[in-house]
Amino acid sequence: MVDLKVNLAGLWLDNPIIPASGCFGYGEEFKDFYDINILGSFSFKGTTKEPREGNKTPRIAECDSGMLNAVGLQNPGIDYVAETILPKIKGYFNKPVVANIGGFSVEEFCHCAKIMDNIDNVGIIEVNISCPNLHCGGVNFGSSEAAAAEVTAAVRSVVKNKPLFIKLSPNVTDIKSIAAACEGAGADGISLINTLVGMRIDIKTGRPVLANVTGGVSGNAIYPVALRAVYDVANTVKIPVMGIGGVDSAEKVIEMMMAGASAVQVGAANLRDPFICKKIIENLPVAAEKIGISSLSEIIRKSVV
Amino acid sequence: MNFTVQSNIALTKDVYKMVLEGDTSGTRAGQFVEVLLEGHFLRRPISVADWSDKTLTLIYKVVGVGTSDMSKIEIGKSLDILTALGNGYELELAGTNPLLIGGGVGVPPTYALAKRLTEKGIKPTVIMGFNTKSEVFYEEEFKALGCTVFVATADGTYGTKGFVTNVITDKEITPTHYYTCGPLAMIKAVEAGTSADGQASFEERMGCGFGACMGCTIITTNGAKRVCKDGPVFKKGEVLW
Repeated sequence: MVDLKVNLAGLWLDNPIIPASGCFGYGEEFKDFYDINILGSFSFKGTTKEPREGNKTPRIAECDSGMLNAVGLQNPGIDYVAETILPKIKGYFNKPVVANIGGFSVEEFCHCAKIMDNIDNVGIIEVNISCPNLHCGGVNFGSSEAAAAEVTAAVRSVVKNKPLFIKLSPNVTDIKSIAAACEGAGADGISLINTLVGMRIDIKTGRPVLANVTGGVSGNAIYPVALRAVYDVANTVKIPVMGIGGVDSAEKVIEMMMAGASAVQVGAANLRDPFICKKIIENLPVAAEKIGISSLSEIIRKSVV
Repeated sequence: MNFTVQSNIALTKDVYKMVLEGDTSGTRAGQFVEVLLEGHFLRRPISVADWSDKTLTLIYKVVGVGTSDMSKIEIGKSLDILTALGNGYELELAGTNPLLIGGGVGVPPTYALAKRLTEKGIKPTVIMGFNTKSEVFYEEEFKALGCTVFVATADGTYGTKGFVTNVITDKEITPTHYYTCGPLAMIKAVEAGTSADGQASFEERMGCGFGACMGCTIITTNGAKRVCKDGPVFKKGEVLW
């Protein structure tokens, strides 16, 4: 028997598998495919203070071994999520969820975090300072140490009850220093990576495929990039790391945990195969046993020097 | 869900018909499936042209690398397909004299609908629109169901010259309800050119096809909706162009 349990900043998970924000909605569509209570948790769709309709379509493009999206944080707003969706989630998911929140200002992040901090089926607050598809006056909180630290410190001051994770962008010069700045400002953990900025052009028209011109690249294609970022950040900070990017198999989960991840989020693979997390969870004990692992907790940061 | 390819043949230069064997339970007319193809990250959404308990018929146009690869799939091949996606057409609103309007590769879902309506004893009138004669497919199949069929071609090489709306005007068709699927410009013209209520099936680039990714949003009178999950069929007047 392989022990799949992991501890994430004080929260025990039955296994390290967490569908990533933006690829799992609020869980409702997936409960029709399988019993999602087998998951460690799930990170819900990035939610902002006000409801958002998102970007113009087309919002989706494809690439070799991956995809691009420019959804633009379409969501029903934090009040609706708090009052209607989170109570409804209890009907089909009996564990705490990861509350992924987005925003356009420090005040907005704090407003959303404060609400999520007092909801019983929220286990972790994950602050997304790295969405590549928003145009908010050039402000991207995830792209500088000072801005990342400012958001982290402000949200930290209002989050009293839940572990606080900051989700980082790979589209920066040095992700390690930004992670360190978040740790210094009081974050309980780091989630990484968000999508890489990319684009496609329709050669028949010469026009970009995405209405937003650029979008976030996800899927298998970004796995080595994500692994390297997780490894670097785990080498830099002491707080736990959630690894995200291109994971679609039990073997890649193990590899990412060795690189430093305490839990692993599965993103775009859910859109290709809605059963992927179920398959990974079923394969994890088999894949672990094959290489002589008896407890997944023991391999976290195994490769980190 | 696993399906096995029974046939995969060209109907025209770039439109193919694939018949598969597998479990089609829960399927309704106007729904679509998502086909996983080797070497492509995202599934391909394809409308259901026909089905029985054990077989599924897909008619698709080669528009890119994915559908091009799909057209080369051989008999016996096993495919991973998500079935019964989307809302489908509401048959209850048909009345005694419904009109089915398909444009190009928008024709296939109207065939699935025609078959279900004729099973209920309703013989719909069908208008099919194509660019030119060589693109026409499924005229005989609709006639075999007992439907009254009109074809319009934009260049006049077959049937009525012009668009599907020219047929509505020329033949003075006054349906109890209309059902349509095709290019957006056609849907708009049909909506403006018929006094009856109706339903239209929409298309958008999709990520997942089952409502999770928010990739295929369309703005309606009831706010932002997902073409894949809340649609693809929307009522007349519901979609804000």
